[in-house]
Amino acid sequence: MDMASSTLATAEVSSAKIVVRDLTVRYGSTLALDRVALDVGDRQVTALIGPSGCGKSTFLRCLNRMNDHIRNIRIEGSVSLDGVSIYDAAVDPVELRRRVGMVFQKSNPFPKSIFDNVAFGPRVHGLRDRVELREIVERSLRQAALWDEVKDRLDRSALDLSGGQQQRLCIARALAVEPDVLLMDEPASALDPIATAKIEELIHELKTQYTIVIVTHNMQQAARVSDTTAYFYLGRLVEVGPTEQIFTNPSRPETEDYVTGRFG
Amino acid sequence: MRLHTDRTYELQLEKLRSSVLEMGGLVEDQIAQAMRALTMRDRDLAQATIARDHMVNRLDVEIDDLALKLLALHQPAARDLRLITTALKVTTDLERIGDLAEHIAERAQELAVELPIKPTIDLPRMADLARGMLHRSLDAFVREDEKLALAVCSADDTIDQLHEQLFCDLISFMADDPRTVSRAMRLLFVSKYLERVGDHATNIAEMVIFMVKGRSIRHLDRPPRDL
Amino acid sequence: MTSPSESLDQRYARRRRTERAMFAATVAATATVLGILLFLLGYLVWQGASALSLDFFTHLPTPVGEAGGGMANALVGSAKLLLVAAVVGVPVGFLGGVYLAEYDGGRVAFAVRYAADVLNGIPSIVIGITVYGLLVVPFGHFSTLAGGIALGLLMIPVALRTTEEFLRLVPDTLRDASLALGAPQWVTVVRVVIPAGMRGILTGLLLSLARVAGETAPLLFTALSNRYWSPGWLQPTASLPVMIFTYAIAPYDDWHRQAWAAALVLLAIVLGANVVARLALGGRSTAQT
Repeated sequence: MDMASSTLATAEVSSAKIVVRDLTVRYGSTLALDRVALDVGDRQVTALIGPSGCGKSTFLRCLNRMNDHIRNIRIEGSVSLDGVSIYDAAVDPVELRRRVGMVFQKSNPFPKSIFDNVAFGPRVHGLRDRVELREIVERSLRQAALWDEVKDRLDRSALDLSGGQQQRLCIARALAVEPDVLLMDEPASALDPIATAKIEELIHELKTQYTIVIVTHNMQQAARVSDTTAYFYLGRLVEVGPTEQIFTNPSRPETEDYVTGRFG
Repeated sequence: MRLHTDRTYELQLEKLRSSVLEMGGLVEDQIAQAMRALTMRDRDLAQATIARDHMVNRLDVEIDDLALKLLALHQPAARDLRLITTALKVTTDLERIGDLAEHIAERAQELAVELPIKPTIDLPRMADLARGMLHRSLDAFVREDEKLALAVCSADDTIDQLHEQLFCDLISFMADDPRTVSRAMRLLFVSKYLERVGDHATNIAEMVIFMVKGRSIRHLDRPPRDL
Repeated sequence: MTSPSESLDQRYARRRRTERAMFAATVAATATVLGILLFLLGYLVWQGASALSLDFFTHLPTPVGEAGGGMANALVGSAKLLLVAAVVGVPVGFLGGVYLAEYDGGRVAFAVRYAADVLNGIPSIVIGITVYGLLVVPFGHFSTLAGGIALGLLMIPVALRTTEEFLRLVPDTLRDASLALGAPQWVTVVRVVIPAGMRGILTGLLLSLARVAGETAPLLFTALSNRYWSPGWLQPTASLPVMIFTYAIAPYDDWHRQAWAAALVLLAIVLGANVVARLALGGRSTAQT
């Protein structure tokens, strides 16, 4: 426990958007997360790194309650967004997910037109006005740096886009509901280096308006895009700190072994 | 300390480390040879020392190449990153020390054809001190021993004082007998070179501290008592 | 397997022999399947084509001994039966499939799935006799409705399982995407999952309909048959399979030819449904991308 409290101090410097305390998650009898405490800074990029099965994706999915649908899951501890506990009975997960958007590892556009993909969220939330929808679609696509590439073919199927474009479309779709927080689960792992670079550049730009939490297996990517890096291992948060420090001079030997490629 | 999962990488880092050591040993030798040529008034030895400087330079280039390759191909982080950047900077200091040894040998050649001046100045002691600092800073590098490195930093003061004292002695020597000016000036140069060797050894020790602790103590007014 | 003394060339030659043998076996299997289908088609055409004419589709059957006539009433009857079957089978099968795929409720889902599998295994004649007992005996007469319901019951398990299977093919990433955008689950199912799996589901439903179109046994107890136009939904009706049965076992050459023609038409309908399903609907299943 003292480990968690000592590493916490570094993250608390900035104002925290999301505050996680004592988060413990079990799948049946398997412990997936063990008393994790982490502060996510407002309008910062926080990267979660660690080997497969270390709990980082589980952690990410706890932040917008995407884990609610999993059977046999038990979630304890607290997660609060802007000071409000998101696991409170009064909190509507649907409303929470409007505020906390998510982008997935595999780009997953709906088999609909580009326009309908981006307009999906606003429509689900009751927006019917065509003019307004058009504005939102354009603004979201511009934010996702995709507008210029697709503005002439908004009616075409989203599945005709390239992999990198599809992923940026998914980002635009997430942005269309105007979230505060954007969760990204290995958003570039299936993309080529050029598409990856575009996504990373996009993350840098989005950071001015959104709080971003990104899970990545690519340590260099975490180093490039994030302000804060958290290292997870076997369901525990081993260390969290400024990215620069984690990659030049981490304070815990386990972190050091991981970022330098000593995997045992 | 665990080994890298990537064995080739591990071997290359080891090669980098041993190359730095090899270069350090060579440079130490060069200082010793140059000083022997100076005290024994041996022109051939001085010439041989000068001729060997290219080996130091070759190692310098080799280490730079290896370090660049490691940086470009393995994206090192944390400890490894600090080792590689330290190696890059340490070799610059070692190469400079090599040049200083060459300069000492040049002065030795010039002094060998002139009459010796008395009293003999205590340059050998200064050289031993400087070499000792260099040796220990390299030891600290291999053993990743920041305490030893810190001790090297503190030793620099002694050399500086010796140089100061030699300076005064030689000035008064020249004042007494103006005919000795050119020879005394050459000895003064050698003293200055040795003082510079001490400075470079201190630089290396400081880099070692950075490498081990990830914290820079350079450009402080005085070395910290504790790390 | 590989003896060390064997040279590389020998090993290569042995592998080539194995490869050729396996290839030949698969070609043979394919040829057999295709051959049976083609033989069936050819035989039906040979036997039935002579009796096929415009009259076959537009005229009622003629009395015994009188040449000509058609099976217009059976065609319409089959269509009506299938309509009832679809009305009964499609909603139940479809909604059940959606429930199984999207609202996996543990024990209940297991029970439903198991029941569907058992229902699928029940011989169609058992369904027929059940419907006969429940819907024919109490009302005192055979009816189109009872026949259609029997076919509908037969359809349910197939429709249900194909719907479920095709919905399961819709990647979870799409569900996640929708949920993560703040869509409630029912919106996710209606607006994302079902549209994504629709082509597949329609294909499955069409094929299940085609499957029951050829059922004869349950109709013998329920819709029976009719020499004339069926007067209403609650009256017996002619249907292609039953007509084939009746005509084929009758002692008249003329009827035999008619039976072959009817069989040819029935096969053409079933085959047509398959082709339509594959080409038009299965052309590009969005669930796969």
